[in-house]
Amino acid sequence: MGCSGGETGENPAAFAVFLKNVVFKWPGQQRPTLDIPIFSVSPGEHVFISGPSGSGKSTLLGLVAGIFSPASGTVFVNGVCLNELGSAKRDMFRGDCIGFIFQQFNLIPYLSILENVLLPCRFSPLRLERARALSGSAAAEARMLLERLDLSPSLWGRPVNRLSVGQQQRVAAARALVGRPSILIADEPTSSLDADRRKVFLRLLLGECRSTQAALLFVSHDQSLAEDFSVVAHLPELNRAGGEEAS
Amino acid sequence: MRRFSYLLRLAGKSAWNRRGTLGIIVFSIALSTTLLLGIEKLRTQIRESFVQSVSGTDLIVGARGGSMQLMLYAVFHLGGATNNMGWDSARKIAEKDEVAWTIPISLGDSHKGYPVVATTGAFFEHYRFRSDKRLELAEGKWIETLFDVVIGAETARKLGYSPRQKIALSHGGSGARLVEHTDKPFTVSGILASTGTPVDRSLYIGLAAMEAIHVDWRGGAPIPGLRITAEQVTRFNLEPRTITAMLVGLKKRSHVFAFQREVNEWKSEPLMGVMPGVVMDQMWSMVNTGEQALLLISALVTATGLAGLAAAILAGLGERRRELAILRSAGARPLDILILTACEGGLIVISGVICGLSALFVLVAAISPILADNYGIFVYLSPPAAGEWALLGCICLAGLAASLFPALRAYRMSLSDGLTVSI
Repeated sequence: MGCSGGETGENPAAFAVFLKNVVFKWPGQQRPTLDIPIFSVSPGEHVFISGPSGSGKSTLLGLVAGIFSPASGTVFVNGVCLNELGSAKRDMFRGDCIGFIFQQFNLIPYLSILENVLLPCRFSPLRLERARALSGSAAAEARMLLERLDLSPSLWGRPVNRLSVGQQQRVAAARALVGRPSILIADEPTSSLDADRRKVFLRLLLGECRSTQAALLFVSHDQSLAEDFSVVAHLPELNRAGGEEAS
Repeated sequence: MRRFSYLLRLAGKSAWNRRGTLGIIVFSIALSTTLLLGIEKLRTQIRESFVQSVSGTDLIVGARGGSMQLMLYAVFHLGGATNNMGWDSARKIAEKDEVAWTIPISLGDSHKGYPVVATTGAFFEHYRFRSDKRLELAEGKWIETLFDVVIGAETARKLGYSPRQKIALSHGGSGARLVEHTDKPFTVSGILASTGTPVDRSLYIGLAAMEAIHVDWRGGAPIPGLRITAEQVTRFNLEPRTITAMLVGLKKRSHVFAFQREVNEWKSEPLMGVMPGVVMDQMWSMVNTGEQALLLISALVTATGLAGLAAAILAGLGERRRELAILRSAGARPLDILILTACEGGLIVISGVICGLSALFVLVAAISPILADNYGIFVYLSPPAAGEWALLGCICLAGLAASLFPALRAYRMSLSDGLTVSI
């Protein structure tokens, strides 16, 4: 598996995310789930990825995160070719460069809100260092992020399962942002929120991404959110394969 | 290292979060630890207690019979002798060149269930216990006059005796109708310091005193119409004609085999000499099967506890897939997930073992007086011995192995799930 940018002459190092001729197959399946000739995200760019369920959105995020390896093709993140990294290196790289927000149940129930936010700093020394450099200490950075995401200090002492879903998602956003990763991946982060809260959450998230200059990959099937993004990608159009066989 | 200590902390918090379920597992591991170590402790300490009672004795000599029986009655005053040995043989043995000392012992009487041992001053001088300790008086004096009795620490404590107390001995060991030697009362002259051996539960009188109280007896009963008072008895020849057994110490230990052969081939009467160590080995090999069975059962109980541990962690994994995916998204490697899960199991095992050890200490403290009173077995609180450490190590290793099973499952799960878990 080569790691060249391809004959078209694009420079993969110029992108936050760069996929070329990526084919992904689940073990035991005949047809590939994903077959993407080219997909790229510039640094600081906010990309809205839409597609029906089963179109391979989560698989695409898994490839970018280095959780899955493509059958063929190359994946670059921050100019680093993931194909060349071993799985432990990819895990470290993910911890260093990518922040995640999931659909729901984002928080670890037995950790405090602050500990949940600090989780990436525990696994990535790089993010710990960056948080310290920015705010003096990782905890100070976490508190700052929580306040910027409208979570007042009066809530911080609560067990995480006593927070509302919207509050939980904002804690998750703070965790994704702590230590300033260059890429944020949000996998349907708003689908468990009601319509009003969706907009509010998205505004907060986009604002923070702008101020930290992080690229954002935002996956949703809710087209109404797309208007706030600079780039909108429809996965079935990117993907030559028809998505997952089942479901 | 920092990552490991964080994972350990995380494992602790995760386990604490599910303390309700895991508490039961901790309990069952604690129970198996108590059982396994308790049996081991009892086993080794009972042996120790036996071995310590005959330190320094090279040979036990008695009338020919069962060697184990001879040792049990000569040293532990358990059971009775079927035959006695002649006093002349005992004297001849004592005069041999290779013999350093002899302790003649005559048994048969008792006092309120405690055995009365008739012996000589040699007993107090040469008897050794716990490798090299000698008997000491806690109170009073050694035997000075004919009807003096020195009593063991336990006897004194239980019966509430102090020096100058007058007591009557009973004929025979234990039974419903004991005839008391009320006509010849004894005076407690001294009380021995506690030894942790059968000595604590005995009473010691001189060989002559044993003769004296039986002077007007024949065939195990008083001669009708014959009364010889305590004052008159001194006029009789009180040298014994037979004794029950004799403990022998040699000048050189290496002579013991030759000397044993000499005793076993004794011309004038059938005698036998047994080496305490050899007899004890025989005894242990007899009880060994039972001990092994007990250890096996408690090992099985432990295995059950650990299987429960694996099952509990495994069952918990299903609902924790989400949690593991979050950790993975924050940069945790599948190896970290494996370590995390294994640590959780390890923490549970260690807390179980600690609880079990504490319970064992409490238990030993509670039952040791009961064992000492009723069986003369001395069990005491002690830090774990080598064998117990080995067992503890085995429990911990087995626990780690048991938690490795769910840990590997978590590892595989986090590999295949990645960051997306369908719930």
